[in-house]
Amino acid sequence: MIEIRNLHAEIDGKQIINGLSLTVQNGEVAAIMGPNGSGKSTLSYVISGRDGYEVTGGEILLNGENILEMNAAERAAHGVFLAFQYPLEIPGVTTMTFLKACLNAQRKSRGEAELSTPDFMKRVKAGAEKLGVPQDMLRRALNVGFSGGEKKRMEVLQMSLLEPSFAILDETDSGLDIDALRIVSEGVNALRDPKRSFLVITHYQRLLDYIVPDTVHVMSKGQIVKTGPKELALELEANGYRDYVGEAA
Amino acid sequence: MAGVMKTPSAAEAKLAADYSGVRAALPGNSAVGQLRDAAFDQFKQAGLPTRRVEAWHYTDLRLAMRDVLPLAKATRTDVALNTLAPAIADVDSIRLVLVDGFFAPELSDVACLPKGVSVASLADVLAKGDAGLMEALSAPGMGQNDAALALNTAFMQGGVIIDVAPATQVATAIEIVALASDGAAQAVYSRSLLRVGHGATITLIEREAGGASHAQQRNHAFVVSLADEAQFEHVFVPAPMSAGSTHVASMLVTLGAKAQFNSFTLTCGGGLLRRQVFMRFDGEHAKGQLAGATLLQGKDHADTTLIVQHVAPHCMSREYFKTVLDGDATGVYQGKVIVAPGAQKTDGAMKSHAILLSDGATMNNKPELEIFADDVVCGHGATVAQLDEDQIFYAMARGLPKPVAQSMLLEAFVDEATDRVESEPVRAYLTGLIAQWLKARGLA
Ligand SMILES: Nc1ncnc2c1ncn2[C@@H]1O[C@H](COP(=O)(O)OP(=O)(O)OP(=O)(O)O)[C@@H](O)[C@H]1O
Ligand SMILES: [Mg+2]
Repeated sequence: MIEIRNLHAEIDGKQIINGLSLTVQNGEVAAIMGPNGSGKSTLSYVISGRDGYEVTGGEILLNGENILEMNAAERAAHGVFLAFQYPLEIPGVTTMTFLKACLNAQRKSRGEAELSTPDFMKRVKAGAEKLGVPQDMLRRALNVGFSGGEKKRMEVLQMSLLEPSFAILDETDSGLDIDALRIVSEGVNALRDPKRSFLVITHYQRLLDYIVPDTVHVMSKGQIVKTGPKELALELEANGYRDYVGEAA
Repeated sequence: MAGVMKTPSAAEAKLAADYSGVRAALPGNSAVGQLRDAAFDQFKQAGLPTRRVEAWHYTDLRLAMRDVLPLAKATRTDVALNTLAPAIADVDSIRLVLVDGFFAPELSDVACLPKGVSVASLADVLAKGDAGLMEALSAPGMGQNDAALALNTAFMQGGVIIDVAPATQVATAIEIVALASDGAAQAVYSRSLLRVGHGATITLIEREAGGASHAQQRNHAFVVSLADEAQFEHVFVPAPMSAGSTHVASMLVTLGAKAQFNSFTLTCGGGLLRRQVFMRFDGEHAKGQLAGATLLQGKDHADTTLIVQHVAPHCMSREYFKTVLDGDATGVYQGKVIVAPGAQKTDGAMKSHAILLSDGATMNNKPELEIFADDVVCGHGATVAQLDEDQIFYAMARGLPKPVAQSMLLEAFVDEATDRVESEPVRAYLTGLIAQWLKARGLA
């Protein structure tokens, strides 16, 4: 469960998150929708601990524990996962090597035994197969030369291996073709679990047909301005944000 | 040449006094003595290289050598060879050991040299003073104006001469292990020669070890002559030395027609290093590659200076260097590719890329082309950058602690250079050393 209370955050002295409060219960899938520039990606960076994003007020609790003092790697080991809106390319590091290093670093940080190479391979191969990620992609440098959709699949593959307790998906649907959208959504749905919570950032109701949310939040100017059931997404699709974002729409 | 008379520094004066003192005791017949005298005269005219000498602009040896250390004495064999230089995993090698620059046959695998390979000690060769060998040893036409090389000629005491007979395919790698006995601060002047005959192939690894506890002034020159169609794979790993040390490691290589040369240098810091390579294409259709990785921290200073001369047409040269700088370290890359008027169809490409990990680190990148032929393809590129913060955040967000994320990215950066080493186990040895350096850095 993640609880965000009255969060204020800024980048380069510019306030982007303005007193945002949001709770996602265990087992819950919450969607965030909102206009471009409303601060959705910024929120995801603040939660995952990116340097340079300064929290000037409020708190973030993950399963009751304050994570604001932790660095990004510690937060990841505590169960935070962010599927990036724009996944980074890591030249010279094969996908396989990267995944294994990340998984084992998290396990080590939690005091768990590292996975042996064969055990790891088994997991990756199974995960890749489910998400339609070809094996040879795992031997290529991570995300280098991958298509937009391939990068997004890779993000979900990483999520499925790292088994976070709280995952943010930042526009994971953008760039996916119709089949990929279904496959990736199935991958996410397979991870839905009473002990896990999701925050799904999207612009399109279509994704929410596949990953059906329990709650929909509307974000505007760094705040949650409306919270409702999944039907709220349909209403936004029909009417846009004008009812919620005030004069700046 | 009428040199500008300037007041010698204390070190220059001491060198002159030392030279007069040891001259008679240095190995070699009278012809060698004359060679030494001429070289020392040249050195006296020029003095220790300073910033005013273009080729030494970023490495002021005169400033660095405030003092002159005593010249190393005769061969010591009481060194822990296998502790200082453990065998490289999965590399079958024949070892030739130098201690403080002197060839130590007792420590070397001289009994099991492959057929077609012969080895002699520099001192023995100088004593005989064979004219052809002396000519080969002096690498005519290369590094003529270099004062550090002149100093090497004047003082050279030890080294090893390796000859590979034509058509010999040496399957086992040859290792020259240069050890510092490290009992005291000292100066070591050595010169080695490798001649690879027509169509012969050889892999040679030059490794240095020891010298971490006492200051060293090392000045080593390695002369390599590749006959037509010879092939030479070369790796050089200088040892990190204690602070206050200076190290000039010169290599002078000539390539005959269709010869192939691939060289890699891994520098993991320690004191001041000047790596200078002179490479000349004398025959057509030869290929030469100089690559390397340099990892520096603290007050380390490493200078890689390359002079590549295309004399014959239709040759290919590649220079590819990666530098990682932390702390207050200074990196230098100077690469000059000279294409002579007749060297048409030269294909040259030079790259030097550096990453700075700290505000205190400095990289001086100076690739240069001097092209006097009109039908050539030559290019160069040089960059100095920092690690990508977005990539680091991405890796951290997946659970990698910051130093681990940095090391992973740096390893990938440096791998692009080590990838150029042909032999898999040698590459593994090099990447192991790189990983060690990165790990030690992350812990600091
Ligand atoms: N480094 C920065 N310096 C200053 N302003 C920034 C910086 N990074 C982001 N911003 C601003 O913060 C605001 C929120 O950006 P953010 O990327 O969080 O929006 P978003 O809701 O994710 O938009 P989109 O739907 O287009 O992805 C924008 O106005 C953006 O220009
Ligand atoms: Mg965004």
